[in-house]
Amino acid sequence: MTSWWNLIEEGHSSPEWPYPIRYGEESRISADVLVLGGGIAGCHAAISAARHGASVVIVEKGHVRRSGQGGAGVDHWQAACTNPCSTVSPEEYTNAIVDGFAGYDCGPMRYAQCRESWDAALDCERMGVQIRDVHGEFEGADFRDPGSQLMFCYDYESRHSLRVYGDNMKPCLHKETVRLGIKTYNRVMATSLLTEDGKNGGRVVGATGVNVRTGEFYAFRAKATVLAMAHPRREWVFSTELNGGSATFADLNIVGDGHAMAWNAGAELVAMERSYDTAGGFAYIQYGVGYPDNTWYGCSMVDATGKPVPWFDGNGQELATVRDRFLPPEGRKFMLMGGGLVGSSVTPQTQGNHIDDSLSERIRKGEVILPLYADLPSLPEHERRAIFGLMVGNEGKTRVPVYETYTSAGFDPDRDMLQAPIMPPDAYRSPHYPAGVPVPQWREIFGGGLMVDWDLRSSLEGLYGAGRSVYGGGDHSGAATSGRYAGRRAADYARNASEPPVDPDQLEAEKARVYTPLQKRPESMGWKELNAGICRIMQDYCGQYRSEEALQLGLRLLAEVRESELARGYAANPHELGRVLECHTILTVGEIVMHASLARRASSEHLDFRRLDYPAVDPPEWHKLLPLRRDREEVKTREVPLDYHLQPPYASTYEENYLAHGGGSLDTGGV
Amino acid sequence: MDRRVYMLPNPPTPNIPLQFDAAVCNGCNVCVQICRTDVLMPNPEKQKPPIVLYPDECWYCGCCVEDCPRPGAIRLVHPLNQSVVVSWKRKKTGESFRLGMKDPPPPNTRPPAR
Repeated sequence: MTSWWNLIEEGHSSPEWPYPIRYGEESRISADVLVLGGGIAGCHAAISAARHGASVVIVEKGHVRRSGQGGAGVDHWQAACTNPCSTVSPEEYTNAIVDGFAGYDCGPMRYAQCRESWDAALDCERMGVQIRDVHGEFEGADFRDPGSQLMFCYDYESRHSLRVYGDNMKPCLHKETVRLGIKTYNRVMATSLLTEDGKNGGRVVGATGVNVRTGEFYAFRAKATVLAMAHPRREWVFSTELNGGSATFADLNIVGDGHAMAWNAGAELVAMERSYDTAGGFAYIQYGVGYPDNTWYGCSMVDATGKPVPWFDGNGQELATVRDRFLPPEGRKFMLMGGGLVGSSVTPQTQGNHIDDSLSERIRKGEVILPLYADLPSLPEHERRAIFGLMVGNEGKTRVPVYETYTSAGFDPDRDMLQAPIMPPDAYRSPHYPAGVPVPQWREIFGGGLMVDWDLRSSLEGLYGAGRSVYGGGDHSGAATSGRYAGRRAADYARNASEPPVDPDQLEAEKARVYTPLQKRPESMGWKELNAGICRIMQDYCGQYRSEEALQLGLRLLAEVRESELARGYAANPHELGRVLECHTILTVGEIVMHASLARRASSEHLDFRRLDYPAVDPPEWHKLLPLRRDREEVKTREVPLDYHLQPPYASTYEENYLAHGGGSLDTGGV
Repeated sequence: MDRRVYMLPNPPTPNIPLQFDAAVCNGCNVCVQICRTDVLMPNPEKQKPPIVLYPDECWYCGCCVEDCPRPGAIRLVHPLNQSVVVSWKRKKTGESFRLGMKDPPPPNTRPPAR
């Protein structure tokens, strides 16, 4: 009986706020390197900057021990191209992914991942994360190398990606930040970037924040700032009412505050027009239904009558054995992932082995009878244990929510087949069944973020990016490696940078903005209604199909809502204050997406982007990046080739650029 | 029946993502400290389980359960909208089970791989 309404029913009144209220009080903090966001990317950035001699501060909305999308664990550690068993070079892996995304991927960040993913894994191992089968449970398995005890996923021949016991990843990273003397401000939401003389487009000299438990205001002054605050969410669809955050891939804190702050400061963002359709929080328990992909890659599926669903290789040849699912298709050197690269166009290198892709048609014809089941008992013992014991045991949101919950309810992978959700036939086109049935106008941003150079520096001096703050985004090891890279580049810059001057007027203006929601007005509105309202504008005016007229109307609506409903947003306590401020973020990100959509006057299959008024799909002249920034009240766009990172002033190969920008000076020290 | 009835808003949904066993929980508030979205608040009475203030903000990551120093003090309960379709079939016998069923089979006590 521990919910608030139980307390009231038991005769108590609603308890007073448990934390001291410090509205208006201000703390001033200085550091060489300020890291905004304490998830996987932020922790690695902070650790790497500290090892490069910088004094470092982390600002985190939750608590660093378990926050961020990787906070609950990780099972796959991808792109470990330099591990001793890998037969794939960083160049090959980078090219395969960049080609898979038709060029719309961040080359510097991807290459840094392929170069350093293995080093980062070793670093995590030194911090206490188990990355090998040290107890020998998988001895004799195809995917295990007896010498190194490393275990591989997806492609057992080329061995570029690892299976890890990453359940305690964040606690280990957190411990390392403490050991290195990194100062962390937990429960502080970053709200804006500070710029030199308060000038839009000027050097970034720190940030402001507000404590979501006490309401205290913070001014962080720093020579360099690393943005590591993930990607925008809650933009097109928002409802906690059925499932809380159960079915969403990102938690509620993740809204794109970093994107909005960078935009307001005048930094360039790119690919913000790209999105994809989702089930918007009405999906299934993540990794918690039977399916043959990702964490469950390679699992056999059977239909309701027990008939197996066949598997095919990347060339369309039917596969005979379970083992075949883990070998690259004939004639290929390697397979990136199983299924396919999420969000990519199908190229020979990204089309991995997969379950029957005519499943939808066969269900429709009655040849396959729903429901499907994940036939774990039929798998070889090592594969079964790897899927349910190792991967489901360690991936984020699976150890307790799936492994412990299901096994304590009697589920036994040796004997039981887990049912797949029963969905309309078309929903089986993607093998990721937990994602549910997508709704066209319920979209999520895919890969849009900071435009960066070979230092992972943004267009603003002093501002660096890591993880999904950066264009292109990526996975767990991508967050880790870009964090390391950005952290050391930020530390190198900070070493010779001048003292950061903070503009008092900019601070005061932000302080006033942050506390506006505390004033109760007639017709005050709470954060949930605001969020859902902004989402409706995005669905209708910037949904699956976009056009000049609708986008212009949408921008006008957003501006009106900012002046009226959002200005009346009300927060009863510091927690709600954070949530109302997130609605400011969501509205700003909506504006960025609309401006980015206006700038791209062509449709694109690669970007899942449809303009009703420009229906031509991927005309070659539009195969380019369109970074945009705010210059006071104006939006400025420029055109950049997709491979800008391999063109002058840069060298023409990944390796030369990487080495010329601090690559190779790896930070493994001190653990 | 002697029972006081209060004017209360409808309970937020999902109702109870986390169930605390007051006999096991000692109110150490580790879960309060680490919860990413501040779903939990310390109980005004010391040594009592935290109050689930924002069940609607729970991400269901299970970190509170995992980091709890007293196993069994917290149980994660999926929203019914999610758990009601988690079912499995015993391959040999054809028996069907589901998460939350009335008479569940005995637990499988095998721990995750390590």
